Amino acid sequence: MPMPPATSADWLLNLNALAGGAFLLVSFGLVALRQVQGCVRLYVLQSVLLATSALLLSALFQTWHLYAVGILDLATKAVLIPWMLRRALHDEIYVRREITQVFNIPTALLMALALAIAAYFLSRPMLAAVAHDAPVALNLPIGLAGLLLGGLTAVGRREAVPLLLGLLAMENSAFFAGIALAPELPLTAEVSVAFDVLVLVFVVAVLTRAVERRTGTTAVGALTTLREDPRG
Amino acid sequence: MGRHLLFNLIQVAVVLAFAPLVAGVLARLKEIVQSRRGPSVFQPYRDLRKLFHKDEVVSDRSSWIFRFTPYLVFVTPLLVTLLIPVLTDYPLFFAFMGDMLGGGFILALGGFFATLAAVDTGNPYGPVGASRTRMVGFLAEPVFMIVFFTVSFVAGSTIPYIVQQAWVTPLANFFAPSHVLLLLAFLMLILAEGGRIPVDNPTGHFELAMIDESKALEYSGRGMALMKWGGYMKLFVLMCIYLNVLVAPWGLAHEQTLAAVLLAIPLILFKIFCFLLVLVVIESSLAKLRLFRITEFLGAAFVSAVVAMISRLFAF
Repeated sequence: MPMPPATSADWLLNLNALAGGAFLLVSFGLVALRQVQGCVRLYVLQSVLLATSALLLSALFQTWHLYAVGILDLATKAVLIPWMLRRALHDEIYVRREITQVFNIPTALLMALALAIAAYFLSRPMLAAVAHDAPVALNLPIGLAGLLLGGLTAVGRREAVPLLLGLLAMENSAFFAGIALAPELPLTAEVSVAFDVLVLVFVVAVLTRAVERRTGTTAVGALTTLREDPRG
Repeated sequence: MGRHLLFNLIQVAVVLAFAPLVAGVLARLKEIVQSRRGPSVFQPYRDLRKLFHKDEVVSDRSSWIFRFTPYLVFVTPLLVTLLIPVLTDYPLFFAFMGDMLGGGFILALGGFFATLAAVDTGNPYGPVGASRTRMVGFLAEPVFMIVFFTVSFVAGSTIPYIVQQAWVTPLANFFAPSHVLLLLAFLMLILAEGGRIPVDNPTGHFELAMIDESKALEYSGRGMALMKWGGYMKLFVLMCIYLNVLVAPWGLAHEQTLAAVLLAIPLILFKIFCFLLVLVVIESSLAKLRLFRITEFLGAAFVSAVVAMISRLFAF
């Protein structure tokens, strides 16, 4: 059966789809992985995949905005954030294994699967509302699924750093959907979000240190009662 | 038609002849990675020859199942070989006798009888291994189903000869996310089903830690040889399905001539060698998982398969 030869747009779309699939898989990994350090690596990988998708889409849409987004994303999330976490938190926190999670791992994975399937169904009416060209149809459901999975990570984790990474993954996923929906977004917005994330990481890292000094643990899931006495 | 039958039999002969070699090469590569020299790549042939010449001891407390199982374990991979593309990219004589699901059932039949035979003898380690195999099996089953159905849905068929073309025409399809994720899921399945390292240690001799090995503990002589050979062939067949149907359907014979089919033999062996390199890296860099962590390993395979499915089928 003769097939039309694949054009470069086909290739870009397919590679973007591959980045999307890997992005979704990494989001699942963040839900289930035990090692804190492994979670940080997965987050970096997720950010790299987001940047890949941005660069591919910039080539597809012929717009330099997304190119800038990709570079900015690599600089802040793949380099600065891991570096800041490493500096702000000492080894004992950083290489810790999370022993207990709110849900055990198979349960968490099944919940994550249900959320991902739900995201695909939820994105259907949205896709019908916006112009449905191929990159949007790919990125929006994956971004939405990543958003929900990031939320699940934040809920299901008891250790401070993976919990923070869940929040950051939510931001990543929102961007993943956003780069396809609004490729011409003003650069100021993207720069401000990037700095926002940096500040968030910094604040949470400092907070984690404070919690750790006070209570001797970073398992913030166990901190359920408020203590009034400031001297502890 | 007669030629297709001949090619089909050549496929069976190839699997029969080269499966021990693949096992030998794998063992040798592992030894080299561990900076040892290791036995010759032909060692499995010598082992088989030795075992065939030895006397067989069968417990008088065992039933017909124990005696019948080695033949079944030996024959089932060969039956599957009739159904799958090993050397050619066009369907052969028996290709439409059964689809991928049928092949899966035939392989499962051998596994089922091996489990029964392990329980049959009354050896304390047999049932332990048997129940563990069943645990791995029932965790792997849903992944198998999702992989097969996604693949078949994309190709519009469950016959492996037709499926193999769907992912490479046009070539850009190869990088479709569902395809890559399915490859990942199926690779994890091969590791689990073949009893390879993150799930089971095939070279371990400690009975309490065994999963797959313990089922053959009671066999000796000819029965042992058949069980071993069957195991080699099962791995070979799984690799053929993985490589020829899912990963790289290139290098298969296209012309309907004997020369083309014979030329395809070194090509498939080369592909398997490349895959063995990957397998050796996996086996040398990972530790065996604790038994209750296998759930998480196969859970990851399941997630990857389902993500592959939804990214393909639910796409807008």
